[in-house]
Amino acid sequence: MKKVYPDAKAALAGLLKDGMLVMAGGFGLCGIPETLILAIRDSGVKNLTVVSNNAGVDGIGLGLLLDTKQIKKMISSYVGENKTFAQQYLAGELEIEFNPQGTLAERIRAGGAGIPAFYTKTGAGTDIAKGKEEREFNGERYVMEKGIVADLAIVHAWKGDTEGNLVYRKTARNFNPMMATAGKVTVAEVENLVQPGELNPDHIITPGVYVKRMIHVPNAPKHIEQRTVRKRVMA
Amino acid sequence: MAWTREQMAERAAKELRDGFYVNLGIGIPTLVSNYIPTGMTVQLQSENGMLGFGPFPYEGDEDPDLINAGKQTVTELPTTSYFSSADSFSMIRGGHIDLSILGAMQVAENGDLANWMIPGKMVKGMGGAMDLVAGVKKVVVVMEHSAKNEAKLLKRCNLPLTGAGVVDMVITDLGVFNIDKKGSGGMTLVELAPGTSLEEIKSKTEAGYKVAV
Repeated sequence: MKKVYPDAKAALAGLLKDGMLVMAGGFGLCGIPETLILAIRDSGVKNLTVVSNNAGVDGIGLGLLLDTKQIKKMISSYVGENKTFAQQYLAGELEIEFNPQGTLAERIRAGGAGIPAFYTKTGAGTDIAKGKEEREFNGERYVMEKGIVADLAIVHAWKGDTEGNLVYRKTARNFNPMMATAGKVTVAEVENLVQPGELNPDHIITPGVYVKRMIHVPNAPKHIEQRTVRKRVMA
Repeated sequence: MAWTREQMAERAAKELRDGFYVNLGIGIPTLVSNYIPTGMTVQLQSENGMLGFGPFPYEGDEDPDLINAGKQTVTELPTTSYFSSADSFSMIRGGHIDLSILGAMQVAENGDLANWMIPGKMVKGMGGAMDLVAGVKKVVVVMEHSAKNEAKLLKRCNLPLTGAGVVDMVITDLGVFNIDKKGSGGMTLVELAPGTSLEEIKSKTEAGYKVAV
């Protein structure tokens, strides 16, 4: 079975439906599946619920799907960098479910691992726990959080072989490996597409079983949100 | 003279110990990395999935794939490791990180912390703060003692909580408080910034506290 598709549009063909739940990897603008997001925008699919740690920035990443009002609801931990988001939220056009970042990561991991729910200390005694089952273990309060499975997960990797084995680069790994496991269908974009045998099997982070379709994005755009540098000191 | 932001960070750095794994929040806590004592090895954790990060890159060396949790470009060290966000929060939630230093809007005398939302204002989200305060072994808050004459050290927080009974120490521009968050010892003033009087602290603090300076 061939997993590699010629482009993002072809890779997403037949997978997009109005109202579906989509997971999109990345932290800020780092490691986001930007080419696949662009193809989702161009498809015109609507009323999406999107699980992603952030919501992009204006005009980049998931910001593109906000501009076109294709997103109905975000499940995120932090959305502070997006003006369109704030406008749509305040106008009541966009729903947001805030999850603590670690809870979000674990909900995705659990979803992919077939674990329907788990208990965490995070958020015990706060508004996040309201309406959720709480239990005491060893004298401490824990909150029950549920695993999430997506209709579609889109992820970005540094290298991938044609079997779907993926390797990530530096902090662009972030949410991508868990999301790859938690999609009913996972589509990966890879900066470097190689043949089986070219990746060291010991270094593979996402085994190919999780990846159904993939595309090669050799010139994937990359963005820096906060460019912080130090001056070179001349000797 | 009350402590400056830099002096508050310098004071917070005294909570570091050799071999510690530490997570620093945004703002004054980030400055703490400038005051790691010479000869002490401390690994900084960034919750997006990196342990052991270095200073900002030299101009021209920025790498979009290499950022900290504040989305700032950083650098790699020989000790660096990368991992997923799930592994990152396993580290945090599982109690493997020794110290978290972060900012706050309010802290209560029982260790409750509020730092993520003000009802009626646009909420950006809690990010990793709730996980950090729930899971890290020691939680130190660095913040201004009061804001516009409103006390920030309270009997009970009136903003939505980030964590209940989670703060071990508060460093403000006026002094340092310990909080017995698990026991019944409450809050204790243990240090005064130079030139700060007990009366000044009292007038700017709603929380009840013992004095042991």
